[in-house]
Amino acid sequence: MMTMTDLAHRTWRRRSTRKELALWLGWLLLVALFVFCWQVMTESTIWAFVTDAPRQAADIGSRMFPPRWEYIPALLEPLWDTLNIATLGTLLALFMAVPVAFMAARNTTPSTRFVRPVALLIIVASRSINSLIWALLLVAVIGPGVMAGIVAIALRSIGFVAKLLYEAIEEIDEAQVEAVAATGASKAQVMDYAVVPQILPAFAGITVFRWDINIRESTVLGLVGAGGLGLRLQESLNVLAWPQVTVIFILILITVLVSEWVSAKVRHAII
Amino acid sequence: MTDAGMTGATDYRGWTRPPFIKRPWLRWALYGGGLLYLVLAVASVEVNWVRVWEGLERGQRFIEGFLVPDFTSRWEDILQGMEESLTMSVTATVVGVLISIPIGIGAARNIAPLPIYAVCRAIVALSRSFQEIIVAILFVAMFGFGPFAGFLTLSFATIGFLAKLLAEDIEDIDEAQAEAVRATGAGWWQIVNYAIQPQVMPRLIGLSLYRLDINFRESAVIGIVGAGGIGATLNTAMDRYEYDSAAAILILIILIVMAAEYLSGYVRKWVQ
Repeated sequence: MMTMTDLAHRTWRRRSTRKELALWLGWLLLVALFVFCWQVMTESTIWAFVTDAPRQAADIGSRMFPPRWEYIPALLEPLWDTLNIATLGTLLALFMAVPVAFMAARNTTPSTRFVRPVALLIIVASRSINSLIWALLLVAVIGPGVMAGIVAIALRSIGFVAKLLYEAIEEIDEAQVEAVAATGASKAQVMDYAVVPQILPAFAGITVFRWDINIRESTVLGLVGAGGLGLRLQESLNVLAWPQVTVIFILILITVLVSEWVSAKVRHAII
Repeated sequence: MTDAGMTGATDYRGWTRPPFIKRPWLRWALYGGGLLYLVLAVASVEVNWVRVWEGLERGQRFIEGFLVPDFTSRWEDILQGMEESLTMSVTATVVGVLISIPIGIGAARNIAPLPIYAVCRAIVALSRSFQEIIVAILFVAMFGFGPFAGFLTLSFATIGFLAKLLAEDIEDIDEAQAEAVRATGAGWWQIVNYAIQPQVMPRLIGLSLYRLDINFRESAVIGIVGAGGIGATLNTAMDRYEYDSAAAILILIILIVMAAEYLSGYVRKWVQ
C-alpha cells in the first residue's frame, strides 16, 4: 500500500518510461543517420576550399560592387521574354491541367479504375520533375529559345494546377449539383451551372499562385538555354562579369517581389 | 386571363449568370488588356520550326529511352549521384530545421519582442526571395564544386521555408494553454517548452518531412550548376545525348519522390 510520503515524492511526468525510451531511441537513430549521411557527403569535400570560403566570398563581393547599371537596357528584352515564358506557360498548362483535374477528381472522373490512375500518374510525373530539368530536355528536343521555356513551364505546372484543382473539385457542395440535376439539366449543364461556378474562385487563385511561382522559375530557365534573364546570367557568369551579375540579381529580385505583390492582390480580390 | 403588364418583351424574364468581375469597365479593360498582351507576347516568340522538326527525331529517341531505360551502363555514376543527393537532402534538412527553429520562434509576434521579430522576419524574407539555383551558383563559386555547396544551398532554402511556416503556426496556437502555463508562474523557456512546443510539434514534424521531399527534388536541379548530386549526373547524360540513361535517372527521381510522398503522408498521419 502507498503511504503519504510515497505519493508526495511522485512528480508529474509527461510520458511513461517506455515512451521516453522510445523517444530517445528515435532521436538516437536520427542523429546516427545524420552523422552517417554527413560522413558520406563530405567524403570528397576539399576542406581547403571550405576554409577559404570567407576570403572567396569577400573577393566575389568586392567584384560584384558597384553594379554595372548601364547593363539594364540590354536586359529589357530578356525580361519581356521571361514574363512571356511564365504567362504563356501558365496558360498552356491550364488547357492541359483542367481535363486532367476533372479526370482525377473522384466525383467527376469517367472511370475510377482506368482513367483516374492515369490522371494521377500524369500529375505525379509532372510534379516530381523540376521545370529546369524539363527545360534541359526540351532544349535538346526543340532547340534553345523561348519556346522550350514555355513548354517546360507548362509541363511542370500541369501537375501543380491539376492536383490543387482536383482537390477543389472533390470538395464541392453536392447539394448544388443535385439541385441543378433536379431541374432536368443534362450532364454538361450540371458541369456548367453547378460544378464550374463552385470551383471558379479556387481555379483563379491557383492560376495566379502558379503564375507567381512560374515567374520565379522562368528567371533562371535561361541557365540551360531556354531564354529569358537566365540566358544573360549564364553569359555574364561565363565571362566572370560580376558587376553585371549583380544587376541581374537585383532585377530578378524586383521581378519576383512585384509578381508576389500582384498575385497577393489578385488572390485577395478573388477570395 | 393574363395580366395587362406582362405582355411582349417583358413576358420572358430570362436569368443570366452574374459576371465574374462585376464592374463592367474593369471587366472590359481586363479582357482587352489581356488580349492585347497575348497578341504581343505570342508575336514576340520566335520559333525555329526547322529546328523543331529536326528535334522531333531526338524527342522520339527520348521517348524510346523512357520506354526502354538504361539503368546498367551508367549505374556507377547514377548510384554515386543518388547517394550524394540523398545524403545532401538529409543533412540539409536536419541542419535547416535546427537553424529555423530559433528563427521561427523569433519570427512569431506573440512570443518575440519587436527587434528580434524584425531581424528574424528579415532573414526569412532574404532566404525566400532567392531561388535555390541562384544561391547554388554563389555557393559553388565560394565553396567549390560538389555536394557541400549543395548542402549549404538546401539548408539556406530550408530556413526560409520552415521558419516562416513555423512562425505562422506559433502565432496561431491556442492562447488559453499558454495562459494556463503562464499562470503557474512559468518563465519564457518553460512557456515555450510546455505550452507552445507540444502544440506545434506534430506540424513541425510534418513540415520537416515535406521539406525533405522538396530538398531531394531540388537536389536534382542544383547539380546543373555544379552543386553535386543527381542533377550533375543527369546534366552529363543529357550533354552526351545518352537519353536512355537520362530517362533511367528521371524514372528513379519520380519513384523516390513518390515513395517519399507516400511515406511522409503515412508518418504525418501517425504523428497527428
